[in-house]
Amino acid sequence: MVAVRSWGRLSADDHDLRILAERPLAHLPREPGQHGLAFGMGRSYGDVCLNPGGALWSLRGLDRFIAWDEATGDLTCEAGMLLRDIQRTFVPRGWMLPVTPGTQLATVGGAIANDVHGKNHHVHGSFGDHVQELRLLRTDGLSIRCGPQLHPDWFAATVGGLGLTGVVTQATLRLRRVPGPWLDTETLPYGSLGEFFALADASEAGWEHTVSWIDCLSGARAGATRGIFLRANAAAPESQHGPAPKDRQRTVPFAPPVSLVNRLSLRPFNAAYYHLNRRRAGRALQHYEPFSYPLDNLQEWNRIYGRRGFYQYQCVVPRPHGPDAVGALLREITASGQGSFLGVLKTFGDRESVGLLSFPQPGVTLALDFPNLGERTLRLFDRLDAVVAEAGGRLYPAKDARMPRALFEAGYPKLAQFLPYRDPNIRSAMSRRLMGD
Amino acid sequence: MQNNNASNAPQTLVIVGATSLIAQHCARQWLQAGGIGRVVLVGRDAARLQGVADDLQVRQPQARIDVMAGDVTQAASIAALVQHLVAQGVPDTVLIAHGSLPDQARCQGDLASAEQAMAVNGLSPALCAEAFAGAMQVAGRGTIGIIGSVAGDRGRKSNYVYGAAKGLVERYAEGLQHRLAGSGVKVVLIKPGPTDTPMTAHLKARGAKLASVEQVAQAVVRGMARGTPVVYAPAKWALIMAVIRNLPRAVFHKMDI
Repeated sequence: MVAVRSWGRLSADDHDLRILAERPLAHLPREPGQHGLAFGMGRSYGDVCLNPGGALWSLRGLDRFIAWDEATGDLTCEAGMLLRDIQRTFVPRGWMLPVTPGTQLATVGGAIANDVHGKNHHVHGSFGDHVQELRLLRTDGLSIRCGPQLHPDWFAATVGGLGLTGVVTQATLRLRRVPGPWLDTETLPYGSLGEFFALADASEAGWEHTVSWIDCLSGARAGATRGIFLRANAAAPESQHGPAPKDRQRTVPFAPPVSLVNRLSLRPFNAAYYHLNRRRAGRALQHYEPFSYPLDNLQEWNRIYGRRGFYQYQCVVPRPHGPDAVGALLREITASGQGSFLGVLKTFGDRESVGLLSFPQPGVTLALDFPNLGERTLRLFDRLDAVVAEAGGRLYPAKDARMPRALFEAGYPKLAQFLPYRDPNIRSAMSRRLMGD
Repeated sequence: MQNNNASNAPQTLVIVGATSLIAQHCARQWLQAGGIGRVVLVGRDAARLQGVADDLQVRQPQARIDVMAGDVTQAASIAALVQHLVAQGVPDTVLIAHGSLPDQARCQGDLASAEQAMAVNGLSPALCAEAFAGAMQVAGRGTIGIIGSVAGDRGRKSNYVYGAAKGLVERYAEGLQHRLAGSGVKVVLIKPGPTDTPMTAHLKARGAKLASVEQVAQAVVRGMARGTPVVYAPAKWALIMAVIRNLPRAVFHKMDI
């Protein structure tokens, strides 16, 4: 048994870790009566990738490309392939993944199981929108090929299906042509939620990537919520040159006994971050890696939250309730004095997600890290939950470790439709918590 | 990678045991660096080799990637295989990467298992190196990399059958280096420490800190480009093994390693 932590480092539970490396994979190794779960990079924050006491099937050895079609941009690869490997192989050839999350240190299988989204949701939807086909291996040995046209029911259950319908062993993704790795970016400070929404509305038509950093403690001063809005497009072909950023990896060496993100550090950091970026306001040419994956060169940054780990709270609320709900959430957070350096506020486009349990829906999403302060933090989440539920929103399972079952069921009305597609021998800590087993 | 050729002609790379994870990652790094025109993947299982070849082909569409299945544990078949390969042109870079980590307890109880482990991990890599050495010596250029192990540095009760085989590889590489000194052919012995591969999953389960396969592959590729005679991967193992080799017997025999 091996102690495995997810990215939030909230627990270290023993798992029977099995490495899957053979292709074609014929069966999923487990002891009689044991439940299993696929595991990639463990970058999910909460418990969606954990299965305490059961088997974890590591797919990182299955990281080979299988086929590439230059005419269509269709790339077939094994599910343990890192998004970074795809990007670094194909960007120099003028192709890119249409959708990635804020880290490229995730696997293709994990990106599908959580139907991840990026800063360009309003243009390209979520990861599942670009999957042409996938192969799902069930614990009974059955292998199912599915896609938007082929067995679309299995496809809809598996994209965003939290790994519970079987193990995705390989997938065909449609890449997108890009002029090169450089982005034309613009940084715009904003001083209120109203300004944020005005910027988001004005940017969605003409900008492919939009996202904002928000000072999560600035919510108390009415109308003074401040942040930094970022937007970017692929730079014109004639601007596509410059030295690639150096791959300078730093590692946070250990988890301190207490979180470095605390009442003392939070306000000065956020103020400094705001003012630093305000001075950088304006246009700039930036390589896609630092723009899209700002933390990927700081290995094990999750350790800064200390030995007790941290939660991420990410919700989406429908657009009409957006300004009120986000305002209410920020007031609760400011009042609690808890929060993080990395608050993210962004609007989703109007596209419905492919998956029955996919997170993105039309609206506005707020994501924040919180050091684990035990009861205090959980009580804050209860208050945030109430705001989200009131606004008809939902939480992101890929990042969740604690949402109550009622909020999950209310936020994901297609749950009943999803359940028949579950593999009876696959479970996660999350499925036990939110689906009863 | 540094060109071994005086000219800039694309190089030919041969990997024996190409389905090993370390070998796959070396191949990826070589192809990414460019300058490789042809890759020949040698191993037992054609279907598994083809999976590796497909991966490399997507990574580097310009290179020609071939697979060649054969038994690399029998002298006659090694000779035939290498003759066939060399007839198509003497390779510039050869990496001999195959091996399997045997179960020490089983080897102690079953001589056939011990024999098999020594053949696969010791005799076979040495014979493969020998098979390429002659043609490369005549050509007067090239690099032969052989993957040994830190386990070859001192016999320990936990894995001395494997260690003995890798010790054979070390002495063999040393002799080959002596023979080829000044010939233009470089022989590089690589000694990885425990690496995070399917072969060591059980070690990881016991909580061992393992080096990543990318890290080890990087050390292999760099060491072979430089022609370093002995490469520990990661480098810290040079120090650790220096200590272990030099421990007095009285101390060593009290250790449970």
